[in-house]
Amino acid sequence: MSVLLGRETRVIVQGLGREGRFHAERMKDYGTKVVGGTKPGAGGTSIDGIPMFDTVARAVDATGADASIVFVPAPAAMDALLEAIDAQIELVIAITEGIPIADMLKVAAVLETAATTLVGPNGPGAITPGQSKIGIMPAENFSRGGVGFVSRSGTLTYEIADLLTRAGLGQSTCIGVGGDPVVGLPTPDAVRLLNEDPETEAIVIVGEIGGSAEERAAEYMRSEGKKPAVAFIAGRSAPPGKRMGHAGAIVSGNQGTAESKVRAFEEAGIPVANAPSEIPRLVKKALRR
Amino acid sequence: MKLHEFQAKQILARAGIPIPDGHVAVSPQEAEAAAKAIAAPVAVKAQVHAGGRGKAGGIKVAKSPGEAKAAAGAILGMEIKGLRVEKVYVERAADVASELYLGITLDRDRRRPVVMLSTVGGVDIEEVAAARPEAIARGWPSPLLGLLPFEARALVFAAEVAPAQREAVADIARRLYRVYGETDATLVEINPLFVQKDGSVLAGDAKLDVDDNALFRLPDLAKLKEVSADEEAEEKARALGFSYVQLDGDVGIIGNGAGLVMATLDAVRNAGGRAANFLDVGGGAKEAVVKAALEIVLSNPRVRSVMINIFGGITRGDEVAKGILDVIEAHPPRVPLVVRLSGTEAEAGRRLLVDAPLESRETMDEAAAEAVRLAKEPARA
Repeated sequence: MSVLLGRETRVIVQGLGREGRFHAERMKDYGTKVVGGTKPGAGGTSIDGIPMFDTVARAVDATGADASIVFVPAPAAMDALLEAIDAQIELVIAITEGIPIADMLKVAAVLETAATTLVGPNGPGAITPGQSKIGIMPAENFSRGGVGFVSRSGTLTYEIADLLTRAGLGQSTCIGVGGDPVVGLPTPDAVRLLNEDPETEAIVIVGEIGGSAEERAAEYMRSEGKKPAVAFIAGRSAPPGKRMGHAGAIVSGNQGTAESKVRAFEEAGIPVANAPSEIPRLVKKALRR
Repeated sequence: MKLHEFQAKQILARAGIPIPDGHVAVSPQEAEAAAKAIAAPVAVKAQVHAGGRGKAGGIKVAKSPGEAKAAAGAILGMEIKGLRVEKVYVERAADVASELYLGITLDRDRRRPVVMLSTVGGVDIEEVAAARPEAIARGWPSPLLGLLPFEARALVFAAEVAPAQREAVADIARRLYRVYGETDATLVEINPLFVQKDGSVLAGDAKLDVDDNALFRLPDLAKLKEVSADEEAEEKARALGFSYVQLDGDVGIIGNGAGLVMATLDAVRNAGGRAANFLDVGGGAKEAVVKAALEIVLSNPRVRSVMINIFGGITRGDEVAKGILDVIEAHPPRVPLVVRLSGTEAEAGRRLLVDAPLESRETMDEAAAEAVRLAKEPARA
């Protein structure tokens, strides 16, 4: 497998409401091994052919699941994430949008000593094309190949995956790290996974204004980078002090500007695309070196 | 969500942090009565959600109730950064010996709260951070444990707070951390934290920003939410599940997904134009959604063209196209539309739009260029 997820990954779904059921069905269609779901009181039943369990621990015991996808609404999401971490699930992917920052700080503190990798929240999930999709992305935009792809956004990720696919640049693993200010697997950590992945030949890093995850990713690649990378930063024209849709996409004072991120990548020798449409060309150019 | 100083101070006081005696006033008469009740020199302070009140003339010292009345008369109704002052806070003037800074916010890189303490208080802390970073002591408490006594002491020593105030400042820091936790604050700040000539310490100003995503569990704070005139469209959009930000250009933008919409604004700028707004309709752009989004974007009189950029994922391009057609047939928009559909069933969607009174483009860059060109054309009759 590439990174995080592959053909053998066994997934449970936390939160099989309308959205959870819709996407569980599409994950199964893609070939993802969806082995169970959790809902307190529903243990022993099944939903859409998915066996249900009362707790995450029971689901893990019964199914051998090593991954979970969380659709639980924001007010209860921290509890769902902590339950998955407590059950020592290796990979937890949180789709939920709108989780309070304080809750994510607690989750992040627990993660410091846990065996779990959390991707998200407020992201589209992750996909290893042709093998497994744990997320809500439209699978047809993705194709198998050697481009590792890290992104803070959802739709923009599909757009860029589509551009890469049309240009004949398949992807190893795409990781949507999420648009919140506090996420489980920040951009630099996701970049590190792909940098160390033998199946990944080049890395595309899609960032946006807010925070300094891109600067840290650039710094990491400058010192540890083993393969070419290309970056794009969304929000170059956004004014300071305005939150652009994502909770994390805000320039505060002189922090989190697009200029700072672009400069950091350029100083690390990583070309920065002016528009998503330039990314495939830059990747091809980088790979030919 | 931002709170006013007087609201933040009430919360600090309930947490046991000393604040000056103060009263809210909405008229010069009320300000006069408040000053009379305080029976000492007072500060009359504009209550608006904007920084730099002092520089804008929104804070005046008054030595008598008469002066307080006159000060309130001057401040009430004035505009600070475009916001009209509706309330003043009248509080006992402190007997200031020195000023400290104490604040707690989120450190995104460390994924922890950061507590900042400095003996350089009363000024813009970002300026201090840029010019003299060593003048700010920082601590990163565990969000699971809160600010522990030893951590508060370490901060006080690191900031070189005078020995006589160490205990009081450490105590206030721990109480402020509890406020940070209990109010789901994204920022809580006491700047300045006054040291008075008698050695006592009290909050000179207070700033408290609350995480909007936590308002569901903070009903008392949620009630304090105020929507200013320029935020009305943003609030209306929020109620519909959109995220909308008004900007200062003339190309209206509608798209799905925050990152894609940001990239669309950038594409407009790359094409030599300026976006009038950010509008993310989220998932499932059906007819009703497109209609509501168009209404919000067109409510901005500066808009001279609109670019709709939809990447169909789970949503199909043909369904989006039908939604757009239905809307413009029923309500022909006052400005030209440029539509760019991509992703699932985008070609079918574009075919549906061939004869429609709008421009359809295949790529984001082409659509942005066309929208910018149309915005620069003389207005249609």
